[in-house]
Amino acid sequence: MANTQAMTTSFMGELMTATHNFGTAPVRATGATDTFKGALYLDSATVNASTTAYSSTNEVTGTNYVAGGVTVTFGTPPTATNSSATAGVAFVTPSASITYTNVTLTTAFDAVLIYNSTQSNKAVSVHTFGSQTVTAGTFTLTMPSNTTTTALIRLATT
Amino acid sequence: MIVTTTKGEMDDSLLEKREGSLDNDNESTTWVEYWLDGELVHRSVHISLKKNVSSVAEAASFN
Repeated sequence: MANTQAMTTSFMGELMTATHNFGTAPVRATGATDTFKGALYLDSATVNASTTAYSSTNEVTGTNYVAGGVTVTFGTPPTATNSSATAGVAFVTPSASITYTNVTLTTAFDAVLIYNSTQSNKAVSVHTFGSQTVTAGTFTLTMPSNTTTTALIRLATT
Repeated sequence: MIVTTTKGEMDDSLLEKREGSLDNDNESTTWVEYWLDGELVHRSVHISLKKNVSSVAEAASFN
C-alpha cells in the first residue's frame, strides 16, 4: 500500500453542493437545491470568467424575453467519479433544455450566463455559441450528456 | 401547419420556408425561417451544446 497526494474526488462533488466552507458561508433558509437561471447576452457583451454575477448590461431585450432569462433545471444532483488514486471528476448538467419560447430577439446574441438566483445572482458559467437572432420563434439550448467527459460543468483532477 | 409569425399565426403553405444548420466542435445548430413577401416573419433556433466548461483542481505538495 502507498499513500498518494490528491484532492479527493468526493470533495469536488461536495463543493457543488456547498458542503465545505473555508470562509463566510451564505445564509441558507433550507437545504434545498438553489434556483439557477440562464440569461442571454449580446455579441457586444463581455461575459467571461471574470463575471461574478448576473447583470442586465448588454443582456438581450425583446418581445416575451424577461430580463434575467429563464429557470435552468438541475434535476440530477452532481456526481463525483474517481478514476485513479490521483484523478477524478465531479460534474453536473441541467436536466432539461433551456428554452425561450415565442421570443423576438433582433440584436445578435451569442452567449448564455448560468447564474444562481437564490444566492444573489452569483455567476456559475458562461457558454457561447454562434451568433443568432430569433423572430417570433423559440430559442432552445440542448444540453450535452451528463457524463464524466461531456457534462456541462466539470471539476477535475488529473 | 400553423406557424407563429410577426403577423400572427399563419398557415405555412402561405410562407416560404428556409432552413439551415451548423456543426462544429462547440455546437450542433439548426434553424428554420419563414418568409412572407421577402420579409422574415419567423425564425427559431435549436442549439445542442457540445463543449463543457471545466476547471482543474489540484492539491499542492509541501516543498
